[in-house]
Amino acid sequence: MPGAWRAVLATAVGCYALKLAGLTVPGWLLGNPRVRRLAELIPVALLAALIAVQVATAGRSVSVDIPRLAGLGAAVAALLLRAPFLAVIIAAAGTAAALRALGVT
Amino acid sequence: MGVSGLAFGAAAVTSGLTVVQACVLSLAAYTGASQFALAGALAGGGSLLAGTAGAILLGGRNALYGLQLAGLLRARGALRPLAALGITDESTAFALAQGDAAAARAGFGATFASLYITWNLSTLAGALGAGRVGSPASFGLDVVGPAAFLGLLWPRLRSGRPERAVALLGAAVAVGATPVSPPGAPVIVAAFAALAGLMVPASRTGAP
Repeated sequence: MPGAWRAVLATAVGCYALKLAGLTVPGWLLGNPRVRRLAELIPVALLAALIAVQVATAGRSVSVDIPRLAGLGAAVAALLLRAPFLAVIIAAAGTAAALRALGVT
Repeated sequence: MGVSGLAFGAAAVTSGLTVVQACVLSLAAYTGASQFALAGALAGGGSLLAGTAGAILLGGRNALYGLQLAGLLRARGALRPLAALGITDESTAFALAQGDAAAARAGFGATFASLYITWNLSTLAGALGAGRVGSPASFGLDVVGPAAFLGLLWPRLRSGRPERAVALLGAAVAVGATPVSPPGAPVIVAAFAALAGLMVPASRTGAP
């Protein structure tokens, strides 16, 4: 895959640089409440978008993957029951795997 | 974390990355959500540029964690680049939950060491195993990414109405933009949903 190394290295360097920047830049840079609030909200929008794209789209079309959606439903149930992170993941993967084993697509 | 690492390794290799590339991401980026995001974008046929941009944007929250941790860890000299690597959702939550700075430092170090080793070994195992288990989907491994995203999103959703509105808007924008934009771009476009959240005051006030 040409270019894949560039994406891998750029992601690695970019993600690491953000961590280092957080430890290094003076705190007043985030003293502006609107900037701080935006930094809190961007991950919310991105995480929700990533979930939606992976569950409800395929390529450039909108289509729901039923086992994946059910797996996510199981994750919601586990989160509502205050299950630990690991249990949430296992509930989601197990539900999707079980439905696929039953022939649901 | 071990299960997530296995799933990431498998997802990375299934998306077309090599075993070495999967391991480099876990060793150097060491932030699960961004890594899953990149693998997901590649698997979905997304452009490398959009996938990379989404992964790095998602890593932006680690900068915020770093700011919160800087005063507690007081990492200087050669320790600072090392401590920076260890900043994750888990190590930050653990460090901030401790009563004093000494306990926070110890908790951060212990979480970092154990999770870093687990994450990287399980990434390697998942990447090596991906070719052998046949279809990762039959094990539900393709749902681990979204479920991990949801686990990260959940406490934020509970923290207030603006967060829930931003999440709904972000999801709607991403799905709505999918048919009309190049693969990978919808997630980036959805980041602008965060701007809408600025128009309403946060439900919770004070320092996080």
